Amino acid sequence: MAASLFIVFLASAISPLLVYFLRTRASYFLALVPLSIFVLYLHYLQRLHDGSPLLETIHWIQSFGVHLQFRLDGLALLFLLLIAGIGTLIVLYAGSYLAGHPHLGRFYAILFLFMGAMLGLVASENLIALFVFWELTSLSSYLLVGFDYRKKEARAAALQALLVTFTGGQALLVAFLILASLTDSFSFTQILEKKIQIQQNPSYIILVLLVLTGAFTKSAQTPFHFWLPGAMAAPTPVSAYLHSATMVTAGVFLLARLTPLLGGTHLWAWSLTSFGLLTMLTGSILAIGQTDLKRLLAYTTVAALGTMTMLLGLGTPLAAKAAIAFLLVHSLYKGALFMVAGAVDHETHTRDVRDLGGLIRHMPITAIASGLAALAMCGVPPVLGFISKELIYEAKLEFGQIGWFFAILGVIANALVVAVALIVGIRPFLGFPLHTPKHPHEAPFPLWFGPLILALLGLLFGIVPPLVEQTIIKPAVVAVVGDTIKVKLSLWHGFTPMLVLSFVTLLLGFCFFRMREKFRLARETLTPLRYYGPESLYSCIINHWLPSIASLQTRILQHGYLRYYVLSIIAAAALAVAAGLSRISLPGTWFTWRSFEWWEVLLCAAIFLAGFAAILTSGRITSVVLLGIIGYTISLIFALYGAPDLALTQFLVETLTLILLVLVLYRLPKAKSLSSKASRLRDALLSLAFGFAITLLVLKSLYIPHDTKLPDFFVQNSPIAQGRNVVNVILVDFRALDTLGEITVLGISAVGVWAVLSFIRKKSSSASASQKNSSPASFEQ
Amino acid sequence: MNLLLVLPIFLPLVSAAILLLIPSAKLQRWIHIAACLAHFAASALLLCEVLRKGITASQLGNWPAPFGITFVADTFSAMMVLITGLMGFLVAIYSLDDVSSEHQKRGFYSLYQVLLMGVSGAFLTGDLFNLFVWFEVMLMSSFVLLALGCSRHQLSGGVKYLVLNFLSSSLFLTALGLIYSVTGTLNMADAANILKSSPLGISSMSAAMLLMVSFGIKAGLFPLFAWLPASYHTPPVSVSAIFAALLTKVGVYALVRVFTLIFTIQVDFTHDILIGISLITMLTGVLGAAAQYETRKILSFHIISQIGYMTLGLGFFTEAALAATVFYIIHHIVVKTNLFLIAGAISKLKGTAELKKIGGLYAESPWLALLFLIPAMSLGGIPPLSGFFAKFALVKEGVSLHAWLSVFVALAVGILTLYSMTKIWAEAFWKASPNENGDFGLGDAPDPTPTSSTTPSLPSLPASFWAAITAMAAVTLAISSWPQWLFDLSERAAAELSTPSHYIQAVLHSKQ
Repeated sequence: MAASLFIVFLASAISPLLVYFLRTRASYFLALVPLSIFVLYLHYLQRLHDGSPLLETIHWIQSFGVHLQFRLDGLALLFLLLIAGIGTLIVLYAGSYLAGHPHLGRFYAILFLFMGAMLGLVASENLIALFVFWELTSLSSYLLVGFDYRKKEARAAALQALLVTFTGGQALLVAFLILASLTDSFSFTQILEKKIQIQQNPSYIILVLLVLTGAFTKSAQTPFHFWLPGAMAAPTPVSAYLHSATMVTAGVFLLARLTPLLGGTHLWAWSLTSFGLLTMLTGSILAIGQTDLKRLLAYTTVAALGTMTMLLGLGTPLAAKAAIAFLLVHSLYKGALFMVAGAVDHETHTRDVRDLGGLIRHMPITAIASGLAALAMCGVPPVLGFISKELIYEAKLEFGQIGWFFAILGVIANALVVAVALIVGIRPFLGFPLHTPKHPHEAPFPLWFGPLILALLGLLFGIVPPLVEQTIIKPAVVAVVGDTIKVKLSLWHGFTPMLVLSFVTLLLGFCFFRMREKFRLARETLTPLRYYGPESLYSCIINHWLPSIASLQTRILQHGYLRYYVLSIIAAAALAVAAGLSRISLPGTWFTWRSFEWWEVLLCAAIFLAGFAAILTSGRITSVVLLGIIGYTISLIFALYGAPDLALTQFLVETLTLILLVLVLYRLPKAKSLSSKASRLRDALLSLAFGFAITLLVLKSLYIPHDTKLPDFFVQNSPIAQGRNVVNVILVDFRALDTLGEITVLGISAVGVWAVLSFIRKKSSSASASQKNSSPASFEQ
Repeated sequence: MNLLLVLPIFLPLVSAAILLLIPSAKLQRWIHIAACLAHFAASALLLCEVLRKGITASQLGNWPAPFGITFVADTFSAMMVLITGLMGFLVAIYSLDDVSSEHQKRGFYSLYQVLLMGVSGAFLTGDLFNLFVWFEVMLMSSFVLLALGCSRHQLSGGVKYLVLNFLSSSLFLTALGLIYSVTGTLNMADAANILKSSPLGISSMSAAMLLMVSFGIKAGLFPLFAWLPASYHTPPVSVSAIFAALLTKVGVYALVRVFTLIFTIQVDFTHDILIGISLITMLTGVLGAAAQYETRKILSFHIISQIGYMTLGLGFFTEAALAATVFYIIHHIVVKTNLFLIAGAISKLKGTAELKKIGGLYAESPWLALLFLIPAMSLGGIPPLSGFFAKFALVKEGVSLHAWLSVFVALAVGILTLYSMTKIWAEAFWKASPNENGDFGLGDAPDPTPTSSTTPSLPSLPASFWAAITAMAAVTLAISSWPQWLFDLSERAAAELSTPSHYIQAVLHSKQ
């Protein structure tokens, strides 16, 4: 498994080169890659007959038990074959479809990236490995949907598909992490062993909801279905491959994979069936009114995915069998029809069904492929589609009354799908030829080869069901239901209720087909209803809510005013101190008054008065001088309490600051009072709060007995350091590195001042040169 | 005295001095590169040493701890120094063709070296006051780097940067005073030892909170981050790239160091606050980015958001969560620096990084597109890129701690991050340049005519740009494809962080 993944990713890396040298012919070589993988896994099918899955492990991240573990069982092999098989045809098809496109190399690179991710996804035993591949498919889908990147709609559709599936992916990740926290493993086999524990755990409900979110977003279940029709902005090979046959079934795959683990409960059964039915109806009803070939098909894909989900929800072996058979059939016919749509588009340059007719004369082979695929989609005998439809009805009818209800809903949805099949697969080729932007010819070989093969396979499997029933379908069903069941497919079951239902479906479908114009009209009149749909919710969030919340928040937080930034930091600091103090319980005696010396009172009074005056004055110079008084008073305090060197330093710094500030401020105009009373009050309150907090802190630290081991050591050891002034020795020896750092800071500041000044000088000189000396450069003086 | 411990500081210091004295611009460039390479090599040797011998401490001046200044390297700090060295080297290469000759003449190289010195010092010091000094060194050199050029918006951003960071410094100093008055020591290990064993521990809680605010400003936590988006987009790209790589991470490092070593007395109080702040930081950062249309501004806001992830791991305060934090920091530094460099490359090609004015790079410069996708998708958390594993480790721990709100926010922010990255991708790379109009063919049928990829006016990127960007993308890919080695390192770092006794032992009882 790892080898085949490696080959696919290698193909992804070298495909641009190959295309560069070989142009379109590269597609034939590149198609060999998925083809060989297809053959390889055909071979594996036989080895699987004893029923036990083949496991393979490559160690990756020991810390979390995340490894590249692969599990090849029936379910995985069914998907592997579909991915590799259809992949081969798509690679061929794309080479012709995008012939001469400047980005064909990149297209193949991303397509192979997707193929590898998808192969890895379905073969993963380790849930996180599965998740890794799961997200990679989302990413490659993003890049492929946006392949026509110059179109705004393509970019928007790519983003929509990515965001919806990525969001679901996050839910899935949490689900896997919960599973791991319950079972201590990411390995599916080991988790499966603890099934009962998991289902009885209270978090089971959340687990199921998260898994469903992941699977439903990926498989476009209502209400997440909207991204899939949007993704039709991708080139048609991509729509055929990712958005009908493989990637969108990843969600169904996941549900099937986890059914043995999470299934068997009412929650699982009811949520799957109800969402499945809802999706089935939504998809088919929305499909019928469309006129674009690809959108018609896309909505029926939604319906088909809903049908699969619903069948998995029913949970019986028969339903599982129906689901698997339908999945196979759907991939074959839907892949084929998409490729036909692409071929028609390629030959006529239109995809509007109203403009298409009589193409069988020009494109006979395409018409045959299309007709066969459409028959499969309708479920007409003897195509495999008929058998699968019978199976679906049979599975539903097992459930008695409610089963009949399901079956009737199914008949309606299927009839709509039949109508779409006629519109897409039959109608464009019959009738009178209509004028199209380009005169059609038979499409080149790669464009009809793929759909023809897929359509013929559908016919072949229908006539000779044993070809698939024992080899592919049965092992897959076993992997889902957990035990061996009798799988018997046949065209003729006798006169059964299912046969009646099939007949009614076809009849009704033909009626709907005749009424198609009315449906289109109805769609147009009902278009305003989209406003209430999930898609408009999505675009509302992305285009309105998110930007307005973001810009509102930015206006509040990143407004650009330094004073408010300072304000918020001071407020945060005051809050932090208060929070810190609230955790401390000091004894009642922590603060005691003692008598003051007269000069202490005097100094404090000086500081207070100067401080208040500095606040109240409107002159800049006055306030600087008043602040200077505070500084000098503090240095006096230092001097009085035995730190003369500190006092001296403070005195010098104060003086220097004062002089510099006065020099600068002298040039500035007189300050004006601009702030309102309210803002002054706010600032005053905040300052008081902060000052109060700091005061409390200082007082508190006075209460705590001081440890003097550091000063003691310094005093004792400074003679060893050849110095008698302890402060000096601290600066140059004990803590010399601090001094080095501070010197560096000073040096850097000097460099900075020099650099900034020389920049300014250069600017002003160039400015004055450009102004022809009309204004004197004021910086120079 | 272990020379390896001080080399990451002295090498840049000496180079800075030499670079100031040398007049030849050409020689300066070579010395600049050589000095950064030497710094990187020294830091690599240091990490090897730490991995071989465990936590390594050196007493500078041979004064025994806690009386002198101790330098300590545990796995975490050695990793941080190494990533500093690597980023310093790669951004230095990039800067050769990015920074104008005006800058080069006016001390750019020396300032850059001093910045590396300050950052390395902050990671290696075991002394709180010395940490303050390194913060000052960083602050001064980064401010001058920020203001060089003296354009109007540079000065306006620079003033905000300086004032708010000075506030941080003064709060730090206040907290230092408090800690000194409670413990009588400035040595971190000693302080931890004292606070752990005495009833004084609790009374240091307000100092702890002040430090949280002070380091929170440095790290860019909510609501203290305003300096970052105000200034990061203004200087030359090399400068904002090295800022993005290192400055906030020093704040995060200091938070991790202090709140794993010294203040672990009331974890349910301090670390719960950290969790709350982290969550708000993640959200506000990512929402801020959503409102921006200039590449570097978007990236700046994302730094804030991602800082939240890192401190969230600290808030969880389990060994696994700390390992996630360490992993996250390393991954983030590489990815975010690279994104800044790519933003610079975009401006170089298009003349501006304003998303509304540019486009078409997907067709014009496919390699740049690929090189952008690697870090961008990594930041967005797309597996198997490094960002996914970083987020995964954190969220996994969140799930096992049943911290559902944190898990929800972390993942929701991840989605929004991806949204922002796709915004840059769609606007700068996919969208056609606004000046050239032209839809790409009809329907989805291909248009065989080649796109405007041959526009002759498109300037090409210098080799140094490619070298730095490619090297960083390669590092990201290396982490992504084989994350186990980084997890091994991170787990080792986390194990050391969650048992501080080893650290204390190494500092207080080292032989020298």
